[in-house]
Amino acid sequence: MAITASELEYLGMNGWQKFGHNLTAFFRRLPRAFLGIFSVQIPKLARKIWNAIKSFFLTLYNAIAHGDWKTRTSFGIMGFAQLANKQILRGLLFLVFEILFIVYMCFFGAGQLSMFGSLGTEVRHESYIDEVTGNRVPASEGDNSMLILLYGILTIIFIIAFIYAWYSNIKAAYAVQQYKEANQHLATTKEDLQTLADAQYHKTLLVGPLIGLTIFTILPIIFMIFVGFTNYDKAHSYPNLFTWTGFANFRAIFGGKLAGSNIEFARIFWKLLIWTVIWAILATFSNYIVGMVVALLINKKGIKLKKLWRTVLIMTIAVPQFVSLLLMSNMLGDDGIINKLLGTTVKWLSDPILAKVTVIVVNMWVGIPYTMLMVSGILMNIPADLYESARIDGAGPFKMYFKITLPYVWHVTTPYLITSFTGNLNNFGIIYLLSGGGPMIGGGRTGGAGETDLLITWLFKLVSESEAYGMASVISILMFIITAVVSLITYNRSKAVKNEEDFM
Amino acid sequence: MEGTTKQKKMRSMKAVQRTTNAVVYIILIVISVIWLIPFVFLIMQSLRGEISTGAADYFFPKQWTFDNYIHLFQNKGYFIEPGKGTVALISTAETYNFVNWYWHTLVIALVVTVVQTVIVLATSYALSRMRFKMRRPLMNVMLILGMFPGIMSMTAIYFLLKLVKLTQELSMLGLILIYVGSSCMGYYICKGFFDTIPKSLDEAARIDGASRQTVFFKVIIPLSKPIIIYTILTAFMGPWGDYMFAYLITGPTRDYWNVAVGMKKMLEPQTLGNWADGFQRFCAAGVVVSLPITILFFILQRYYVEGVTGGAVKG
Repeated sequence: MAITASELEYLGMNGWQKFGHNLTAFFRRLPRAFLGIFSVQIPKLARKIWNAIKSFFLTLYNAIAHGDWKTRTSFGIMGFAQLANKQILRGLLFLVFEILFIVYMCFFGAGQLSMFGSLGTEVRHESYIDEVTGNRVPASEGDNSMLILLYGILTIIFIIAFIYAWYSNIKAAYAVQQYKEANQHLATTKEDLQTLADAQYHKTLLVGPLIGLTIFTILPIIFMIFVGFTNYDKAHSYPNLFTWTGFANFRAIFGGKLAGSNIEFARIFWKLLIWTVIWAILATFSNYIVGMVVALLINKKGIKLKKLWRTVLIMTIAVPQFVSLLLMSNMLGDDGIINKLLGTTVKWLSDPILAKVTVIVVNMWVGIPYTMLMVSGILMNIPADLYESARIDGAGPFKMYFKITLPYVWHVTTPYLITSFTGNLNNFGIIYLLSGGGPMIGGGRTGGAGETDLLITWLFKLVSESEAYGMASVISILMFIITAVVSLITYNRSKAVKNEEDFM
Repeated sequence: MEGTTKQKKMRSMKAVQRTTNAVVYIILIVISVIWLIPFVFLIMQSLRGEISTGAADYFFPKQWTFDNYIHLFQNKGYFIEPGKGTVALISTAETYNFVNWYWHTLVIALVVTVVQTVIVLATSYALSRMRFKMRRPLMNVMLILGMFPGIMSMTAIYFLLKLVKLTQELSMLGLILIYVGSSCMGYYICKGFFDTIPKSLDEAARIDGASRQTVFFKVIIPLSKPIIIYTILTAFMGPWGDYMFAYLITGPTRDYWNVAVGMKKMLEPQTLGNWADGFQRFCAAGVVVSLPITILFFILQRYYVEGVTGGAVKG
């Protein structure tokens, strides 16, 4: 292992210097990480896309130019070449997919797609007599913008899937032709099925999980991204229509006015964003530092009943979080047991400042056991001979702690720290069940936002109470960007950490 | 001369150690008390016999009883009649139906546990052992999807399920689909474990003519007991304590709720104010909800700890 000079210097620092070093290094790395996204990642992606497009058209060209009549027929009738070459299963799958697609598009998809631009024009109405012509206009269910948007996205996904299937069909047809020309063995249906348990086993394993992922994660996220560009809210849900509004929702976050809404999105968003970031930093580091201290105490040499102390702390993990949080919220209420027993009237959860302190302290109560468990595991993994040789060199317990224990734990747990930070940015349970976001932010028109609300709990309120779907989706997108940036920047760092793991 | 100073030094060091140990013990006892107080309070209040209209203002009950548990499962409670202030034991089914909630949550959690464990194991094996073209892109996509706040997809999922009528009456099925649907994204820890199983084992089996499928079932699975138990445990704990999705999918009708949604309702001041034993029954419900999972957890604690430490170190 090559030790660079800077690494030597790093190992020579004490705990606080290392902490300071890492902190400043993080911020010094920020610009380069940003630049890296633009100078490395994006060109790499662009090159990949370009290559994919090139090979797409090259394959099509080859199949037309050099293909025999079976291959060429496959352009129109999918799976023809396979069927003609006795690969019944493959051929049938292609053919059935094509038929399904055509039927779907003719009877449903095309119609939905044609309304995608307007998201519906007709509002639900009873039958009435047209005053100009005097004819009776029949009652209509009207258009449901939400369904039009949803089916439109489904249709687009279906079209993309079809293009991909059509392309692989041609590619496969041409490959079959080439195999035959080279007199090579063509896989029969039976062999195809057998590879699904062997070489192609990943397809068998992943088909179920991926269908679930598409329906319950990918499709909803795409749908909500689209919703971010509409004025979908309570006033614009069925039977009323909603429509595209471009970047109006984004402008509302950055101070613009949003027509027809009585919530001050800009003011609340930035206020809550600041609190969310402060919360994530405090929650992560308070848990980490105190949790590590507790682990060290429990694992200290000469302390007995180690298992008992650990079990006591693990209670918080074993008991469902919502039970303990709901109970805590009751205990910390204005006339809760804690105030009753102490004979005080402290507003644990209803004073704007104190409530913030309370949620962080309760979060420590919830989170410290996890850190303790993890650090305990790591402490046991530190090779004992390290301490042995340090003792021979005359190091005291404090020196050993700062030179061996702390650096080791710090290096090994950095990835955990990152995931725990991004997790805390989106920590729904603690805030919603404990304080409910309260106390309310003053000034009204807040969309139910409270002083301790994180963006995620405010989102929940926006969706379930105010039904401001368009804005909720824009805030989600912004939160995604924040999480992604934090993760991207720290991702490179955690890779470095992995290499450093064997620095001993 | 030198020897005596050394002995003195040793003796003083021992004294220092003894005092530090004493301090550590005191701190640990204080920590334990802080951590246990809420749970002791929960159990004490669930056994409280006397009924009162206000919130509890003392820690230990004066009369001990199991009535709260019995009433909980009989859907009964002491209702404070408005205006008169008298108290009568009546059915709570109108306000809340704990038996239903418990049953719903249990069925959902059990089904999810089975399906999710299978999905996580399958995904982990494919991503750990197989090499295919879409492997890297797939892992990246899942990484990116994980960065979207869960609430974002929640709204759309709600619309989707409403469309196919899987909310309200059929919310059990809807919730199962939701929890299971994106469970393959939790493959990290399990894949990390599979990665540590030597590849030479696979290769030896494959030389003997075993297919990938046989390797999965005959080699990997038998070696993965700790991680399978960890997956089962976390898969069960997820739906058992979920509030967010359950609240949205089950809708306003009380009969379809799960325990988390229902118990939050039980603790709301408006509900609490109507029942003379509302808080006791909430505490009894808390104990009943916690008991199975806590017992399970402590039996399988070792595996959970291994999962947490292993996953954290891997990153």
